[in-house]
Amino acid sequence: MNNLIILPILIPFLAAAILIFLPKKIMAQRWISALGSVATIVVALFLVQKVHTNGIQSLNISSWEAPFGITLVSDMFSALLILTTSIVSFTCLIYSFKSIGKERENHYYYPVFNFLIVGVNGAFSTGDIFNLFVFFEVMLMSSYVLLVLGGTKIQLRESIKYLLVNVISSALFVITVAYLYSIVGTLNMAHISARVSEIGQPAILSVIAVLFLIVFGLKGAIFPLYFWMPGSYNAPPIPVLALFGALLTKVGVYSITRTYTLFFYHDAGFTHVLLQVLAILTIIIGVIGAIAYWDVKKIIIYNIIVAVGVILFGISVMNIDAFTGSIYYLIHDMIIKAALFLLVGIAIAITGTSNLRNMSGLIKRYPGLGWTYFIAALALAGIPPLSGFIGKVLIVQGGFAGESYLGAAVVLISSLLVLFSVMKIFINGFWGDDQNYANEDKAPVKWLLISPVILVILSAVYGIGTEAILPYISQAAETLADPSLYIDAVLKE
Amino acid sequence: MEILMSIVVGVLFMTATYLMLSKSLLRIIVGTGLLSHGAHLLILTMGGLKRGAAPLLGENAESYTDPLPQALILTAIVISFGVTAFFLVLAYRAYKELGTDNIEQMRGTESNE
Repeated sequence: MNNLIILPILIPFLAAAILIFLPKKIMAQRWISALGSVATIVVALFLVQKVHTNGIQSLNISSWEAPFGITLVSDMFSALLILTTSIVSFTCLIYSFKSIGKERENHYYYPVFNFLIVGVNGAFSTGDIFNLFVFFEVMLMSSYVLLVLGGTKIQLRESIKYLLVNVISSALFVITVAYLYSIVGTLNMAHISARVSEIGQPAILSVIAVLFLIVFGLKGAIFPLYFWMPGSYNAPPIPVLALFGALLTKVGVYSITRTYTLFFYHDAGFTHVLLQVLAILTIIIGVIGAIAYWDVKKIIIYNIIVAVGVILFGISVMNIDAFTGSIYYLIHDMIIKAALFLLVGIAIAITGTSNLRNMSGLIKRYPGLGWTYFIAALALAGIPPLSGFIGKVLIVQGGFAGESYLGAAVVLISSLLVLFSVMKIFINGFWGDDQNYANEDKAPVKWLLISPVILVILSAVYGIGTEAILPYISQAAETLADPSLYIDAVLKE
Repeated sequence: MEILMSIVVGVLFMTATYLMLSKSLLRIIVGTGLLSHGAHLLILTMGGLKRGAAPLLGENAESYTDPLPQALILTAIVISFGVTAFFLVLAYRAYKELGTDNIEQMRGTESNE
């Protein structure tokens, strides 16, 4: 029993609730959000340390024993994701201060921002499948509002599509939970896992596993369910886009990982091979999109799809190396995607366009921006001293060990094309002739640059300090590889 | 009884899918309403439709119906209610701004509009 687990949900929730009362006091809004965000980071650090020393933590809400009440569970995997979420949301928050604009700030931008964090942190730390659905809805509802806030034409249009897709996937989630409940008769994730292994996963449970893959695949943008994403993510303002790109799809990835390692690991010949094929196709679709476009936002958006594919390939291989690699890569990707979106956002703020053909020569006037982008691009591709390297190495190593040579090869080749796609932005946008841009002076580049610089430094530290971080990551991978650790921690307390 | 309910739910899903594939935005929203009806009825059916008293301890019955699916449905209903209200307002706003309710005309990927 440990109330620390609920704090990453409770702090943003309280912050949001307070902020609703002061919609016009922008400075108060900013300060309270920032303080809440910092407090969440501190709590998340404590949580990671606590899980590291004392093993998996669980909290039965209202002291109802485990299968009967809602249980919050924090193993190392979810604790690390909560920490990453808090850091990413903090940087997006301080970026918002100078870029989101008064109009949006006056209309409940910060409360909704905090509710989004509530949803994401809740989804990472819940131990109950229906509670996961509720936290998904908290997250999605906030994301609808953030997507449409401002009400420009493109936002309205894309919000309708995004909302419709997510309404359908939520209904599918409810249906899937209903099927699962009729078979196992419980909603607690540890208890579901125990009962699934008692009956040894008959065919009907494999069907439910595939349904879960469809539901979470729609949230996490895997092939062939990614179609809504490039359009929808093109619409919102940059800090919202960075938040979406770093967090929302990763919640889908987390849920696939959780269900496929905790519930449905008995018939891996069917479910995990399916996951693996889809992951490989996702990587291929992602890189095709990433190299095809000349729009800087679109390039990074398709890179999200590539990363989702790489992480899920690692999960589908089901050995400890690949798990370690996937967790490593997942955290790296959340940090670096946020950084890239924010950097690209600065370039758009300076040039006033997202078309790569209309921008050039940025590095002469903004060397800080240029070199930060360069490092972030190398980190994304996985160049050794930086953070993307070790994750991909372990995934490829796990792929070879699991005899998925094709998938491992695709992961390696995809790195090359990802590097090409982000270097295309660097070469075309930052090199070349110096230009004068119309609204150049209005962009508060120095302030905006703070957040991506923090993230890129973190990513470099994360890459260089691999040895120090490895014990945490491998602890998380152990829990994924051995579900009995999770079950024992929740049910036998 | 469960078989009958399954068929009804299937018809609801079928109608919802058909409506959501149409062009008018309002028909799509009606489709999402039917989809959530189907999902809620499915939870009720999947929880079992055996006879028993309403889940009130004052009934002093020998057996009760399963209270858990009812709680789940109640949660799902308010969530889909909130989302539907938001969706309807969004559709209204989009109709005023974009001047159309035809989803075919809401195309385009240009970010600089």
